[in-house]
Amino acid sequence: MSISETVSHRKNRLWTAFRTNRLAWVGLLLLSLIVFAAIFAPVVAPCDPAEQNILRRLEPPSADFWFGTDAYGRDILSRVIYGSRVSLMVGFLAILVAMVVGSTIGIISGYVGGIFDRVVMSVLDVMLSFPTLLLGLMIAAMLGASLENLIIAIAITEIAPFARVARAPTMALKQREFIEAGRAMGFGRVRLMGLHIFPNMASEVVVVGSMWMASAIRTEASLSFIGLGVPPPTSTWGAMIRDGFDNILDAWWLSVFPSLAILLTVLALNFVGDSIRDAIDPKTQAE
Amino acid sequence: MTAYVIRRLLLAIPTLLMMLTLIFVLVRLVPGDPAITILGDQATEQALSNLRIELGLDQPIYVQYLDFVIKAVTGDFGRSLFTGRTVFEEVLLVLPYTLELAAASVLLAALLGLPLGIVAALYRNLWPDYMSRVVSMIGLSLPSFVTGILLLLAFAVNLGWLPVISKSTGSLAGHLLSLILPTLTLGITMMALIARVARSSMLTVLNEDYIRTAKAKGVRSARLIRKHALRNAMIPVVTVIGLYFGTLIGNSVLTEIVFSRPGLGKLIVGALNSRDYTMLQGLMVVFAAFVIAVNVITDIAYGFVDPRVKLS
Repeated sequence: MSISETVSHRKNRLWTAFRTNRLAWVGLLLLSLIVFAAIFAPVVAPCDPAEQNILRRLEPPSADFWFGTDAYGRDILSRVIYGSRVSLMVGFLAILVAMVVGSTIGIISGYVGGIFDRVVMSVLDVMLSFPTLLLGLMIAAMLGASLENLIIAIAITEIAPFARVARAPTMALKQREFIEAGRAMGFGRVRLMGLHIFPNMASEVVVVGSMWMASAIRTEASLSFIGLGVPPPTSTWGAMIRDGFDNILDAWWLSVFPSLAILLTVLALNFVGDSIRDAIDPKTQAE
Repeated sequence: MTAYVIRRLLLAIPTLLMMLTLIFVLVRLVPGDPAITILGDQATEQALSNLRIELGLDQPIYVQYLDFVIKAVTGDFGRSLFTGRTVFEEVLLVLPYTLELAAASVLLAALLGLPLGIVAALYRNLWPDYMSRVVSMIGLSLPSFVTGILLLLAFAVNLGWLPVISKSTGSLAGHLLSLILPTLTLGITMMALIARVARSSMLTVLNEDYIRTAKAKGVRSARLIRKHALRNAMIPVVTVIGLYFGTLIGNSVLTEIVFSRPGLGKLIVGALNSRDYTMLQGLMVVFAAFVIAVNVITDIAYGFVDPRVKLS
């Protein structure tokens, strides 16, 4: 059997393992709905999320306002829909940044090896052992509340896992003939790492990214809840819950609907991520 | 065993130094002049330079670094810019509340999570397994402030069974009652994690040859599970509890806000809101020390649970 056959066979098996997993489909369906709502928010949302109506404030869910209205008379359903944009964007961009920075660090560290590698890895271990939320909270607090800073803060907390994932295959790949051949032909280190090593692990890094996105979205919501998220008037789920929390005794809908939105989004991402992990994990396949 | 413990303690020193360095760098990343950030841009030049001297910002960077490390190692974590108390005193004031909550949560998580995971493994791919997996998936997906708010609405607001604000009323019963919801909130995620790890580790152990041998020799299944399988399946669970402890403390920030409980989390948010940067830096050091201590304790506990560890 040639190598290419083994690879395509493996891919097929992974796909079958993923496809036959019912939870994976539930997750994908939920996720598509959420992404759809986020992209087409202006069409899907019944009202303008910032439009205030002092006459209809703090109304419970009704036929007019399915999720009720908040203390400024804004439609909660519309705000939840628009809030998905912030959560998904911050989650996606933070993971993207962490993925690029983390795998770069991992590849360089694995390729260079030696003392450099050991120092880098122990720094990453230290970062891993520090609670994500606290690290994100500290960085966000230091940088100040804004969309960019939030993305940077969350990205920093997620760098370590990517570096670890990228490092291990690099150490194996750098011993392989094709890298040696490239070296013999006088290719620079950057070219070898970027064009020859990275493509060989890109899929693994992306898979890890899909699994960590749930965590990034959870951190975003938590930081917004603490008050370190995207500043108002942008609607974010975490901030909506925090605002609604002031009225929790007489207006439950203010915080319940954004809470459910967070739960469903993270759950959907976890379903998908878990199914991918189950599909890759050789232990679950053997059965 | 003693040699193992000592070696593990020595290994913690470089980690601690690394963490201190990381915190130092992180705090220096703050854009702009920290003195202006703390006092505001209306402050006089005199006040600014006084504060810079007080914070040691007029010194070269390596002096600041050495000063920071030496002070941190000797237990001087700085002084709050607002209350005037040292970070250490502030932490001691609220630490019992956080520790009480954390301990109760770990206990609850272990008591519920272990049986959940073990039952799931024993009834693999049957309904108890699916139930347990869905429960743990939901538990892992919920950010703790969402759990807290949903529990608060259900049990305190709607049903009125438990107090909304967990303020200690003085009586022991009232105190324990007010601890229930925060403990549930914080414990659910950890319970989910323990259930999941216990399940997979139990499955791995049940496939081992020695279990099959014991079964073939006619060991009764209750005894087989308790004496042979469970002991080995516990090892990863202990590690997970230790590793997750840091996150648990991190999540206590959210739980303490939701239930307006005093604690380390409240302290951090307070420092954040008053832009008390020396306090924040000090609290980070305290947390770092805490996390390292828990990791060391976990490793040592690991040595007790698994005798093979200390040999390597």
